Amino acid sequence: MKKVLEGSHAVAEAVRLSRVTVISAYPITPQTHIIEYLSDYVADGTLKASFLKVESEHSAIASLVGAASCGVRTFTSSSSQGLALMHEILHWTSGARLPIVMAEVNRALAPGWNIWADQLDSLSQRDTGWIQLYCEHGQEVLDTVFLAYRLAEAVSLPVMVIMDAFFLSHTYEPVDVPEQELVDRFLPAFKPKFQVDADNLVALSPLVTPNFYMEMRHNMAKAMEESILQLAEIEEDFSNIFGRYYGPIEPFLCDDAEIIMVTSGTVTGTSRQVIQELREKGEKVGLLKIKLFRPFPSEIIRKALGPAKKIAIIDRNFSFGAGGIFAQEVRAAMCNLSDCPQIFGYIAGLGGRDVTTDLLEDIYWRTKKSEVLSEESIWMGLQEENHAVERS
Amino acid sequence: MLEIRFHGRGGQGTVIATVMLAKAFFKVGYQVQSFPVFGVERRGAPVEAYIRADKKDIFIRTNVYTPDHVVVQDRTLLQSIDATRGLKQGGWILINSPEPPSDLRPFAGFKLAFIDANAIALNHQLGARTQPIVNTSMIGAFARLFKTPHMTAVAEAIREEVPVEAEANIGAAEDAYNEVQLVGMIEGKNVS
Repeated sequence: MKKVLEGSHAVAEAVRLSRVTVISAYPITPQTHIIEYLSDYVADGTLKASFLKVESEHSAIASLVGAASCGVRTFTSSSSQGLALMHEILHWTSGARLPIVMAEVNRALAPGWNIWADQLDSLSQRDTGWIQLYCEHGQEVLDTVFLAYRLAEAVSLPVMVIMDAFFLSHTYEPVDVPEQELVDRFLPAFKPKFQVDADNLVALSPLVTPNFYMEMRHNMAKAMEESILQLAEIEEDFSNIFGRYYGPIEPFLCDDAEIIMVTSGTVTGTSRQVIQELREKGEKVGLLKIKLFRPFPSEIIRKALGPAKKIAIIDRNFSFGAGGIFAQEVRAAMCNLSDCPQIFGYIAGLGGRDVTTDLLEDIYWRTKKSEVLSEESIWMGLQEENHAVERS
Repeated sequence: MLEIRFHGRGGQGTVIATVMLAKAFFKVGYQVQSFPVFGVERRGAPVEAYIRADKKDIFIRTNVYTPDHVVVQDRTLLQSIDATRGLKQGGWILINSPEPPSDLRPFAGFKLAFIDANAIALNHQLGARTQPIVNTSMIGAFARLFKTPHMTAVAEAIREEVPVEAEANIGAAEDAYNEVQLVGMIEGKNVS
Protein backbone atom coordinates (compact mmCIF):
# COMPACT_ATOMS: atom_id res chain seq x y z
CA MET A 1 0.00 0.00 0.00
CA LYS A 2 1.25 3.49 -0.84
CA LYS A 3 1.78 5.70 2.19
CA VAL A 4 3.42 9.06 2.71
CA LEU A 5 6.53 8.08 4.68
CA GLU A 6 9.74 9.69 5.84
CA GLY A 7 12.85 8.19 4.18
CA SER A 8 14.04 6.92 7.56
CA HIS A 9 10.68 5.28 8.13
CA ALA A 10 10.91 3.56 4.74
CA VAL A 11 14.19 1.97 5.90
CA ALA A 12 12.60 0.83 9.17
CA GLU A 13 9.62 -0.67 7.31
CA ALA A 14 11.98 -2.60 5.04
CA VAL A 15 14.00 -3.91 8.00
CA ARG A 16 10.78 -5.02 9.71
CA LEU A 17 9.58 -6.79 6.55
CA SER A 18 13.01 -8.44 6.14
CA ARG A 19 12.42 -10.24 9.46
CA VAL A 20 15.73 -9.13 10.92
CA THR A 21 16.59 -10.94 14.15
CA VAL A 22 19.26 -8.74 15.75
CA ILE A 23 19.59 -4.95 15.52
CA SER A 24 22.45 -3.10 17.16
CA ALA A 25 22.96 0.62 16.71
CA TYR A 26 23.98 3.84 18.37
CA PRO A 27 22.08 7.05 17.60
CA ILE A 28 23.58 9.88 15.54
CA THR A 29 21.78 12.63 13.62
CA PRO A 30 20.54 12.19 10.85
CA GLN A 31 20.31 8.40 11.29
CA THR A 32 18.43 8.50 14.60
CA HIS A 33 14.88 8.27 13.21
CA ILE A 34 15.69 4.92 11.60
CA ILE A 35 16.58 3.27 14.86
CA GLU A 36 13.82 5.08 16.76
CA TYR A 37 11.21 3.51 14.51
CA LEU A 38 12.91 0.12 14.85
CA SER A 39 13.18 0.26 18.62
CA ASP A 40 9.44 1.05 18.71
CA TYR A 41 8.73 -1.99 16.53
CA VAL A 42 10.84 -4.22 18.77
CA ALA A 43 9.31 -2.76 21.97
CA ASP A 44 5.70 -3.25 20.85
CA GLY A 45 6.34 -6.70 19.38
CA THR A 46 5.70 -5.69 15.74
CA LEU A 47 9.19 -6.98 14.99
CA LYS A 48 10.40 -10.04 16.86
CA ALA A 49 14.04 -9.10 17.20
CA SER A 50 16.65 -8.24 19.79
CA PHE A 51 17.61 -4.58 19.87
CA LEU A 52 21.05 -4.28 21.45
CA LYS A 53 21.69 -0.98 23.19
CA VAL A 54 25.40 -0.37 23.00
CA GLU A 55 27.75 2.38 24.13
CA SER A 56 29.30 3.22 20.74
CA GLU A 57 29.15 2.55 17.02
CA HIS A 58 32.27 0.40 17.33
CA SER A 59 30.35 -1.86 19.73
CA ALA A 60 27.25 -1.75 17.53
CA ILE A 61 29.03 -3.31 14.58
CA ALA A 62 31.23 -5.57 16.75
CA SER A 63 28.15 -7.04 18.45
CA LEU A 64 26.63 -7.73 15.03
CA VAL A 65 29.79 -9.59 14.02
CA GLY A 66 28.99 -11.91 16.93
CA ALA A 67 25.28 -12.16 16.08
CA ALA A 68 25.86 -12.73 12.34
CA SER A 69 28.49 -15.39 13.13
CA CYS A 70 25.68 -17.27 14.89
CA GLY A 71 23.79 -17.34 11.59
CA VAL A 72 21.04 -14.76 12.01
CA ARG A 73 19.92 -11.77 9.91
CA THR A 74 21.28 -8.52 11.35
CA PHE A 75 20.94 -4.76 10.83
CA THR A 76 22.67 -1.59 11.90
CA SER A 77 22.61 2.02 10.84
CA SER A 78 25.01 4.91 11.24
CA SER A 79 26.34 8.12 9.81
CA SER A 80 29.45 10.30 9.62
CA GLN A 81 31.57 10.18 12.81
CA GLY A 82 29.69 7.07 13.88
CA LEU A 83 30.60 5.24 10.69
CA ALA A 84 34.19 6.42 11.03
CA LEU A 85 34.33 4.90 14.51
CA MET A 86 33.19 1.56 13.03
CA HIS A 87 36.07 1.54 10.54
CA GLU A 88 38.18 -1.24 12.09
CA ILE A 89 35.23 -3.61 12.38
CA LEU A 90 33.99 -2.80 8.87
CA HIS A 91 37.12 -4.55 7.57
CA TRP A 92 36.50 -7.39 9.99
CA THR A 93 32.89 -7.84 8.84
CA SER A 94 33.78 -8.31 5.19
CA GLY A 95 36.87 -10.40 5.95
CA ALA A 96 34.76 -12.70 8.11
CA ARG A 97 32.30 -12.83 5.16
CA LEU A 98 29.31 -11.78 7.27
CA PRO A 99 26.19 -10.60 5.38
CA ILE A 100 25.38 -7.64 7.65
CA VAL A 101 23.25 -4.87 6.14
CA MET A 102 23.68 -1.25 7.22
CA ALA A 103 21.68 1.86 6.34
CA GLU A 104 24.22 4.64 6.07
CA VAL A 105 22.96 8.21 6.07
CA ASN A 106 25.46 10.40 4.24
CA ARG A 107 26.55 13.20 6.55
CA ALA A 108 29.62 15.45 6.52
CA LEU A 109 32.63 14.77 8.71
CA ALA A 110 33.80 17.30 11.29
CA PRO A 111 35.21 19.80 11.87
CA GLY A 112 33.37 22.10 11.04
CA TRP A 113 30.66 20.30 12.88
CA ASN A 114 27.98 19.67 10.28
CA ILE A 115 25.01 17.31 10.27
CA TRP A 116 24.09 17.73 6.61
CA ALA A 117 24.48 15.69 3.42
CA ASP A 118 27.97 14.82 2.16
CA GLN A 119 29.24 11.51 0.80
CA LEU A 120 32.74 11.49 2.24
CA ASP A 121 31.72 9.36 5.25
CA SER A 122 30.69 6.31 3.20
CA LEU A 123 33.26 6.88 0.46
CA SER A 124 36.03 6.89 3.08
CA GLN A 125 35.01 3.25 3.68
CA ARG A 126 35.28 2.25 0.03
CA ASP A 127 38.18 -0.13 0.62
CA THR A 128 36.62 -2.00 3.55
CA GLY A 129 35.11 -4.73 1.36
CA TRP A 130 31.48 -3.62 1.80
CA ILE A 131 29.16 -3.48 -1.18
CA GLN A 132 27.82 0.09 -1.50
CA LEU A 133 24.46 1.08 -3.01
CA TYR A 134 23.55 4.79 -3.29
CA CYS A 135 19.81 5.57 -3.33
CA GLU A 136 17.81 8.39 -4.88
CA HIS A 137 14.36 8.35 -3.21
CA GLY A 138 12.29 6.75 -0.45
CA GLN A 139 10.95 3.90 -2.57
CA GLU A 140 14.43 3.00 -3.72
CA VAL A 141 15.71 2.96 -0.15
CA LEU A 142 12.95 0.59 0.94
CA ASP A 143 13.42 -1.71 -2.05
CA THR A 144 17.21 -1.64 -1.77
CA VAL A 145 17.12 -3.00 1.78
CA PHE A 146 15.44 -6.16 0.41
CA LEU A 147 17.94 -6.35 -2.47
CA ALA A 148 20.78 -5.83 0.01
CA TYR A 149 19.84 -8.83 2.15
CA ARG A 150 19.48 -11.09 -0.87
CA LEU A 151 22.80 -9.92 -2.26
CA ALA A 152 24.71 -10.00 1.04
CA GLU A 153 23.54 -13.53 1.78
CA ALA A 154 24.24 -14.73 -1.78
CA VAL A 155 27.88 -13.58 -1.88
CA SER A 156 28.67 -13.52 1.88
CA LEU A 157 29.66 -9.87 1.96
CA PRO A 158 28.19 -6.97 3.94
CA VAL A 159 26.14 -4.26 2.18
CA MET A 160 25.68 -0.55 2.87
CA VAL A 161 22.41 1.02 1.71
CA ILE A 162 23.30 4.69 1.43
CA MET A 163 21.03 7.74 1.52
CA ASP A 164 21.58 11.50 1.70
CA ALA A 165 20.98 13.24 5.01
CA PHE A 166 17.68 15.18 5.15
CA PHE A 167 17.12 15.37 1.37
CA LEU A 168 16.21 11.70 1.69
CA SER A 169 16.34 10.65 5.36
CA HIS A 170 13.93 13.35 6.53
CA THR A 171 11.81 13.82 3.40
CA TYR A 172 8.23 12.53 3.35
CA GLU A 173 6.99 11.15 0.05
CA PRO A 174 4.67 8.38 -1.19
CA VAL A 175 6.25 4.95 -0.76
CA ASP A 176 4.69 1.59 -1.59
CA VAL A 177 5.12 -0.65 1.45
CA PRO A 178 4.61 -4.22 0.24
CA GLU A 179 2.73 -6.99 2.04
CA GLN A 180 4.78 -9.34 4.22
CA GLU A 181 3.82 -12.30 2.06
CA LEU A 182 5.36 -10.71 -1.06
CA VAL A 183 8.56 -9.86 0.79
CA ASP A 184 8.76 -13.41 2.16
CA ARG A 185 8.49 -14.73 -1.38
CA PHE A 186 11.39 -12.53 -2.51
CA LEU A 187 13.48 -12.84 0.65
CA PRO A 188 13.25 -16.26 2.30
CA ALA A 189 14.71 -16.95 5.75
CA PHE A 190 18.50 -16.63 5.97
CA LYS A 191 20.34 -19.91 5.54
CA PRO A 192 23.89 -19.30 6.79
CA LYS A 193 26.75 -20.96 4.93
CA PHE A 194 28.59 -21.33 8.24
CA GLN A 195 27.79 -20.46 11.83
CA VAL A 196 28.86 -20.90 15.44
CA ASP A 197 27.39 -24.25 16.43
CA ALA A 198 27.99 -25.94 19.79
CA ASP A 199 27.64 -29.39 18.21
CA ASN A 200 30.02 -28.78 15.33
CA LEU A 201 32.87 -26.71 16.65
CA VAL A 202 34.81 -24.55 14.22
CA ALA A 203 37.41 -21.84 14.72
CA LEU A 204 36.35 -18.55 13.15
CA SER A 205 38.78 -15.83 12.10
CA PRO A 206 41.99 -17.48 13.39
CA LEU A 207 45.59 -16.53 12.55
CA VAL A 208 46.12 -16.84 8.79
CA THR A 209 49.69 -17.19 7.59
CA PRO A 210 51.12 -15.78 4.33
CA ASN A 211 50.47 -19.22 2.83
CA PHE A 212 46.71 -18.66 2.91
CA TYR A 213 46.01 -14.95 3.32
CA MET A 214 46.24 -14.12 -0.37
CA GLU A 215 43.83 -16.88 -1.30
CA MET A 216 41.34 -15.61 1.28
CA ARG A 217 41.60 -12.12 -0.17
CA HIS A 218 41.31 -13.46 -3.70
CA ASN A 219 38.13 -15.28 -2.72
CA MET A 220 36.73 -12.01 -1.41
CA ALA A 221 37.69 -10.28 -4.64
CA LYS A 222 35.87 -12.96 -6.62
CA ALA A 223 32.78 -12.63 -4.40
CA MET A 224 32.83 -8.87 -4.99
CA GLU A 225 33.06 -9.36 -8.74
CA GLU A 226 30.36 -12.00 -8.67
CA SER A 227 28.02 -9.63 -6.85
CA ILE A 228 27.49 -7.65 -10.09
CA LEU A 229 26.05 -10.74 -11.78
CA GLN A 230 24.19 -11.77 -8.64
CA LEU A 231 22.61 -8.34 -8.31
CA ALA A 232 21.35 -8.55 -11.91
CA GLU A 233 19.65 -11.89 -11.19
CA ILE A 234 18.26 -10.72 -7.86
CA GLU A 235 16.87 -7.56 -9.44
CA GLU A 236 15.18 -9.57 -12.16
CA ASP A 237 13.51 -11.65 -9.49
CA PHE A 238 12.58 -8.46 -7.63
CA SER A 239 11.02 -6.82 -10.66
CA ASN A 240 8.99 -9.97 -11.40
CA ILE A 241 7.46 -9.79 -7.93
CA PHE A 242 7.26 -6.03 -7.30
CA GLY A 243 7.31 -4.52 -10.79
CA ARG A 244 10.17 -2.14 -10.01
CA TYR A 245 13.75 -2.17 -11.31
CA TYR A 246 16.76 0.06 -10.60
CA GLY A 247 19.95 -1.52 -11.96
CA PRO A 248 23.55 -0.92 -10.86
CA ILE A 249 23.54 2.18 -13.06
CA GLU A 250 20.67 3.90 -14.83
CA PRO A 251 21.19 5.79 -18.09
CA PHE A 252 18.49 8.44 -18.55
CA LEU A 253 18.03 10.06 -22.00
CA CYS A 254 21.55 8.96 -22.95
CA ASP A 255 20.88 7.47 -26.39
CA ASP A 256 22.03 10.36 -28.59
CA ALA A 257 23.55 12.43 -25.79
CA GLU A 258 26.72 14.38 -26.57
CA ILE A 259 27.14 15.40 -22.93
CA ILE A 260 26.30 13.03 -20.09
CA MET A 261 26.06 14.20 -16.50
CA VAL A 262 26.97 11.59 -13.88
CA THR A 263 25.30 11.68 -10.47
CA SER A 264 24.55 9.61 -7.39
CA GLY A 265 22.10 10.00 -4.50
CA THR A 266 19.40 12.67 -4.41
CA VAL A 267 21.22 14.99 -6.83
CA THR A 268 20.03 12.49 -9.44
CA GLY A 269 16.37 13.44 -8.95
CA THR A 270 16.99 17.15 -9.38
CA SER A 271 19.21 16.38 -12.40
CA ARG A 272 16.39 14.42 -14.06
CA GLN A 273 14.27 17.57 -14.02
CA VAL A 274 17.12 19.77 -15.28
CA ILE A 275 17.98 17.37 -18.10
CA GLN A 276 14.37 17.11 -19.24
CA GLU A 277 14.20 20.90 -19.40
CA LEU A 278 17.48 21.09 -21.35
CA ARG A 279 16.19 18.43 -23.75
CA GLU A 280 13.08 20.54 -24.35
CA LYS A 281 15.43 23.34 -25.40
CA GLY A 282 17.07 20.97 -27.89
CA GLU A 283 20.26 20.19 -25.92
CA LYS A 284 21.67 16.71 -26.50
CA VAL A 285 22.23 15.87 -22.85
CA GLY A 286 21.76 12.70 -20.80
CA LEU A 287 22.19 11.51 -17.25
CA LEU A 288 23.92 8.49 -15.79
CA LYS A 289 22.98 7.58 -12.25
CA ILE A 290 25.51 5.39 -10.47
CA LYS A 291 23.87 3.32 -7.76
CA LEU A 292 26.42 0.53 -7.28
CA PHE A 293 29.73 2.05 -6.21
CA ARG A 294 31.35 -1.08 -4.75
CA PRO A 295 31.98 -3.17 -6.72
CA PHE A 296 32.43 -0.42 -9.30
CA PRO A 297 30.61 -1.58 -12.45
CA SER A 298 33.33 -0.31 -14.82
CA GLU A 299 32.33 -2.32 -17.86
CA ILE A 300 28.72 -1.14 -18.05
CA ILE A 301 29.75 2.41 -17.19
CA ARG A 302 32.23 2.36 -20.09
CA LYS A 303 29.47 1.21 -22.42
CA ALA A 304 27.05 3.85 -21.19
CA LEU A 305 29.49 6.76 -21.31
CA GLY A 306 31.72 5.73 -24.22
CA PRO A 307 29.61 7.21 -27.02
CA ALA A 308 29.39 10.70 -25.42
CA LYS A 309 31.74 13.58 -26.29
CA LYS A 310 31.93 15.02 -22.79
CA ILE A 311 31.18 13.73 -19.33
CA ALA A 312 30.35 15.96 -16.34
CA ILE A 313 30.67 14.16 -13.01
CA ILE A 314 29.08 15.73 -9.95
CA ASP A 315 30.67 14.75 -6.64
CA ARG A 316 29.17 15.63 -3.26
CA ASN A 317 32.48 14.60 -1.70
CA PHE A 318 36.16 15.42 -2.03
CA SER A 319 39.29 13.34 -1.55
CA PHE A 320 41.97 15.82 -0.53
CA GLY A 321 44.90 15.84 -2.87
CA ALA A 322 43.02 13.79 -5.47
CA GLY A 323 39.55 15.12 -6.35
CA GLY A 324 35.94 14.02 -6.49
CA ILE A 325 35.77 10.30 -5.79
CA PHE A 326 33.16 9.30 -8.37
CA ALA A 327 35.21 11.27 -10.93
CA GLN A 328 38.37 9.32 -10.06
CA GLU A 329 36.58 6.01 -10.42
CA VAL A 330 34.90 6.93 -13.70
CA ARG A 331 38.22 8.21 -15.13
CA ALA A 332 39.89 4.94 -14.16
CA ALA A 333 37.09 2.97 -15.82
CA MET A 334 37.33 5.02 -19.03
CA CYS A 335 41.11 5.45 -19.40
CA ASN A 336 41.75 2.52 -21.72
CA LEU A 337 39.10 3.49 -24.25
CA SER A 338 40.80 4.51 -27.49
CA ASP A 339 38.33 7.34 -28.05
CA CYS A 340 37.71 8.44 -24.47
CA PRO A 341 35.26 11.32 -23.93
CA GLN A 342 36.53 14.43 -22.15
CA ILE A 343 35.82 14.06 -18.44
CA PHE A 344 35.10 17.05 -16.19
CA GLY A 345 34.85 16.71 -12.41
CA TYR A 346 32.61 19.09 -10.44
CA ILE A 347 32.43 19.42 -6.66
CA ALA A 348 29.04 20.53 -5.35
CA GLY A 349 26.80 20.36 -2.31
CA LEU A 350 29.40 19.59 0.37
CA GLY A 351 28.12 19.76 3.95
CA GLY A 352 24.51 19.89 2.79
CA ARG A 353 24.76 22.95 0.56
CA ASP A 354 21.83 22.79 -1.82
CA VAL A 355 22.54 21.47 -5.32
CA THR A 356 19.96 23.58 -7.12
CA THR A 357 18.55 23.35 -10.62
CA ASP A 358 20.45 26.56 -11.51
CA LEU A 359 23.73 25.05 -10.33
CA LEU A 360 23.18 21.87 -12.33
CA GLU A 361 22.31 23.87 -15.43
CA ASP A 362 25.44 25.92 -14.89
CA ILE A 363 27.49 22.70 -14.80
CA TYR A 364 25.96 21.63 -18.10
CA TRP A 365 26.70 24.93 -19.89
CA ARG A 366 30.25 25.13 -18.50
CA THR A 367 30.91 21.61 -19.75
CA LYS A 368 29.44 22.38 -23.16
CA LYS A 369 31.47 25.59 -23.55
CA SER A 370 34.79 24.24 -22.20
CA GLU A 371 37.26 23.82 -25.01
CA VAL A 372 40.25 22.85 -22.91
CA LEU A 373 40.01 19.82 -20.69
CA SER A 374 40.93 20.52 -17.09
CA GLU A 375 41.77 17.62 -14.85
CA GLU A 376 41.37 19.78 -11.77
CA SER A 377 38.13 19.58 -9.83
CA ILE A 378 35.81 22.50 -10.48
CA TRP A 379 34.28 23.70 -7.19
CA MET A 380 30.79 25.01 -7.80
CA GLY A 381 29.10 27.83 -5.93
CA LEU A 382 31.98 28.89 -3.67
CA GLN A 383 31.37 32.19 -1.91
CA GLU A 384 34.27 34.29 -3.13
CA GLU A 385 34.46 36.53 -0.05
CA ASN A 386 34.82 33.73 2.51
CA HIS A 387 37.17 31.91 0.23
CA ALA A 388 39.42 34.97 -0.14
CA VAL A 389 39.87 35.24 3.63
CA GLU A 390 41.06 31.65 3.80
CA ARG A 391 43.51 32.15 0.96
CA SER A 392 45.05 35.40 2.21
CA MET B 1 3.78 22.06 -9.27
CA LEU B 2 2.62 23.76 -6.10
CA GLU B 3 5.29 24.80 -3.57
CA ILE B 4 4.37 25.98 -0.09
CA ARG B 5 6.59 27.26 2.70
CA PHE B 6 5.64 27.12 6.38
CA HIS B 7 7.24 29.36 8.98
CA GLY B 8 6.98 28.56 12.67
CA ARG B 9 8.96 28.22 15.84
CA GLY B 10 10.50 25.05 17.25
CA GLY B 11 7.83 23.26 19.31
CA GLN B 12 4.84 24.59 17.33
CA GLY B 13 4.46 21.48 15.21
CA THR B 14 5.50 23.21 12.00
CA VAL B 15 7.07 20.07 10.50
CA ILE B 16 4.05 17.98 11.50
CA ALA B 17 1.77 20.59 9.85
CA THR B 18 3.54 20.08 6.53
CA VAL B 19 3.44 16.29 6.92
CA MET B 20 -0.32 16.35 7.59
CA LEU B 21 -0.95 18.68 4.69
CA ALA B 22 1.21 16.55 2.39
CA LYS B 23 -0.75 13.46 3.42
CA ALA B 24 -4.02 15.30 2.74
CA PHE B 25 -2.77 16.29 -0.75
CA PHE B 26 -1.76 12.67 -1.38
CA LYS B 27 -5.25 11.50 -0.41
CA VAL B 28 -6.79 13.68 -3.12
CA GLY B 29 -4.51 12.33 -5.83
CA TYR B 30 -1.34 14.42 -5.68
CA GLN B 31 2.29 13.34 -5.64
CA VAL B 32 3.85 15.03 -2.63
CA GLN B 33 7.10 15.84 -0.91
CA SER B 34 7.49 17.50 2.46
CA PHE B 35 10.63 18.23 4.39
CA PRO B 36 12.02 20.61 6.99
CA VAL B 37 15.03 22.87 6.81
CA PHE B 38 17.12 21.47 9.58
CA GLY B 39 19.20 23.81 11.62
CA VAL B 40 19.44 24.18 15.32
CA GLU B 41 16.61 22.18 16.80
CA ARG B 42 15.62 24.44 19.68
CA ARG B 43 12.24 25.26 21.13
CA GLY B 44 11.30 28.76 20.02
CA ALA B 45 13.86 29.03 17.22
CA PRO B 46 12.53 29.90 13.75
CA VAL B 47 11.73 26.76 11.73
CA GLU B 48 10.95 26.39 8.04
CA ALA B 49 9.33 23.46 6.31
CA TYR B 50 8.17 22.88 2.76
CA ILE B 51 5.57 21.01 0.76
CA ARG B 52 5.59 20.20 -2.92
CA ALA B 53 2.44 18.83 -4.54
CA ASP B 54 1.94 17.95 -8.18
CA LYS B 55 -0.27 15.76 -10.35
CA LYS B 56 2.95 14.50 -11.99
CA ASP B 57 5.91 12.73 -10.39
CA ILE B 58 8.19 15.03 -8.42
CA PHE B 59 11.91 14.61 -9.14
CA ILE B 60 13.42 17.79 -7.75
CA ARG B 61 15.08 17.55 -4.31
CA THR B 62 16.18 21.01 -3.39
CA ASN B 63 14.93 23.56 -0.92
CA VAL B 64 11.96 25.67 -2.03
CA TYR B 65 13.08 29.14 -3.15
CA THR B 66 10.03 30.60 -4.89
CA PRO B 67 6.96 29.30 -3.03
CA ASP B 68 3.47 29.76 -4.45
CA HIS B 69 2.10 30.38 -0.95
CA VAL B 70 3.40 30.97 2.57
CA VAL B 71 1.95 30.04 5.96
CA VAL B 72 3.14 31.83 9.10
CA GLN B 73 2.28 29.99 12.32
CA ASP B 74 3.58 32.74 14.62
CA ARG B 75 3.06 36.41 13.79
CA THR B 76 6.00 37.49 16.01
CA LEU B 77 8.19 35.93 13.33
CA LEU B 78 7.17 38.73 10.95
CA GLN B 79 9.48 41.07 12.90
CA SER B 80 12.54 38.89 12.42
CA ILE B 81 12.14 37.13 9.07
CA ASP B 82 11.10 38.16 5.58
CA ALA B 83 8.04 35.94 5.24
CA THR B 84 7.50 36.97 1.61
CA ARG B 85 11.05 36.02 0.53
CA GLY B 86 10.78 34.51 -2.94
CA LEU B 87 6.97 34.36 -2.73
CA LYS B 88 5.46 34.44 -6.20
CA GLN B 89 3.50 37.59 -7.10
CA GLY B 90 -0.15 37.10 -6.28
CA GLY B 91 0.60 34.24 -3.87
CA TRP B 92 -1.27 33.90 -0.59
CA ILE B 93 0.28 34.55 2.79
CA LEU B 94 -1.73 33.03 5.61
CA ILE B 95 -0.88 34.38 9.06
CA ASN B 96 -1.84 33.18 12.52
CA SER B 97 -3.12 36.45 13.96
CA PRO B 98 -6.35 37.84 15.45
CA GLU B 99 -6.14 40.84 13.12
CA PRO B 100 -4.39 41.86 9.90
CA PRO B 101 -0.89 43.33 10.34
CA SER B 102 -1.06 47.09 11.01
CA ASP B 103 1.47 47.78 8.25
CA LEU B 104 0.32 46.14 5.05
CA ARG B 105 3.07 47.59 2.85
CA PRO B 106 5.38 44.53 3.07
CA PHE B 107 2.53 42.43 1.65
CA ALA B 108 1.78 44.54 -1.41
CA GLY B 109 1.45 42.37 -4.48
CA PHE B 110 0.43 39.33 -2.43
CA LYS B 111 -2.90 38.08 -1.10
CA LEU B 112 -3.38 38.13 2.64
CA ALA B 113 -5.45 35.91 4.94
CA PHE B 114 -5.39 35.60 8.70
CA ILE B 115 -6.84 33.34 11.35
CA ASP B 116 -6.71 33.52 15.15
CA ALA B 117 -5.32 30.01 15.52
CA ASN B 118 -4.13 30.66 19.09
CA ALA B 119 -7.68 31.34 20.26
CA ILE B 120 -9.06 28.33 18.36
CA ALA B 121 -6.37 26.02 19.77
CA LEU B 122 -7.08 27.18 23.32
CA ASN B 123 -10.83 26.73 22.80
CA HIS B 124 -10.09 23.13 21.99
CA GLN B 125 -7.61 22.84 24.86
CA LEU B 126 -4.68 22.18 22.55
CA GLY B 127 -1.45 23.19 24.23
CA ALA B 128 -1.05 25.86 26.88
CA ARG B 129 -1.81 29.60 26.82
CA THR B 130 1.91 30.35 26.43
CA GLN B 131 2.23 27.68 23.78
CA PRO B 132 -0.97 26.82 21.96
CA ILE B 133 -0.73 23.99 19.40
CA VAL B 134 -1.82 25.83 16.27
CA ASN B 135 -0.70 23.56 13.44
CA THR B 136 -4.02 21.78 12.88
CA SER B 137 -5.89 25.12 12.85
CA MET B 138 -3.47 26.45 10.25
CA ILE B 139 -4.01 23.55 7.87
CA GLY B 140 -7.80 23.83 8.38
CA ALA B 141 -7.57 27.47 7.28
CA PHE B 142 -5.38 26.37 4.38
CA ALA B 143 -8.09 23.94 3.21
CA ARG B 144 -10.66 26.78 3.14
CA LEU B 145 -8.28 29.05 1.26
CA PHE B 146 -7.38 26.65 -1.53
CA LYS B 147 -10.27 24.13 -1.54
CA THR B 148 -7.56 21.51 -2.22
CA PRO B 149 -7.06 19.36 -0.24
CA HIS B 150 -10.64 19.37 0.98
CA MET B 151 -11.49 19.36 4.68
CA THR B 152 -12.35 15.63 4.73
CA ALA B 153 -8.84 14.75 3.55
CA VAL B 154 -7.31 17.16 6.08
CA ALA B 155 -9.35 15.56 8.88
CA GLU B 156 -8.23 12.07 7.83
CA ALA B 157 -4.60 13.18 7.75
CA ILE B 158 -4.92 14.70 11.23
CA ARG B 159 -6.43 11.49 12.54
CA GLU B 160 -3.48 9.49 11.19
CA GLU B 161 -0.77 11.83 12.37
CA VAL B 162 -2.13 12.83 15.81
CA PRO B 163 -4.11 9.83 17.10
CA VAL B 164 -4.11 11.35 20.60
CA GLU B 165 -6.67 14.17 20.79
CA ALA B 166 -7.54 13.69 17.14
CA GLU B 167 -11.10 14.96 17.55
CA ALA B 168 -10.02 18.17 19.33
CA ASN B 169 -7.50 18.79 16.54
CA ILE B 170 -10.06 18.12 13.81
CA GLY B 171 -12.49 20.44 15.65
CA ALA B 172 -9.83 23.15 15.65
CA ALA B 173 -9.15 22.64 11.94
CA GLU B 174 -12.88 22.90 11.18
CA ASP B 175 -13.26 26.08 13.22
CA ALA B 176 -10.29 27.60 11.42
CA TYR B 177 -11.81 26.52 8.10
CA ASN B 178 -14.98 28.45 8.98
CA GLU B 179 -13.35 31.48 10.56
CA VAL B 180 -10.36 32.31 8.35
CA GLN B 181 -10.50 35.92 7.15
CA LEU B 182 -9.59 36.49 3.52
CA VAL B 183 -8.30 40.03 3.05
CA GLY B 184 -7.24 39.28 -0.52
CA MET B 185 -4.89 41.21 -2.77
CA ILE B 186 -2.90 43.96 -1.07
CA GLU B 187 -2.55 46.83 -3.54
CA GLY B 188 0.30 49.28 -3.58
CA LYS B 189 4.03 49.28 -4.01
CA ASN B 190 6.01 46.62 -2.21
CA VAL B 191 8.47 48.22 0.17
CA SER B 192 9.83 45.11 1.89
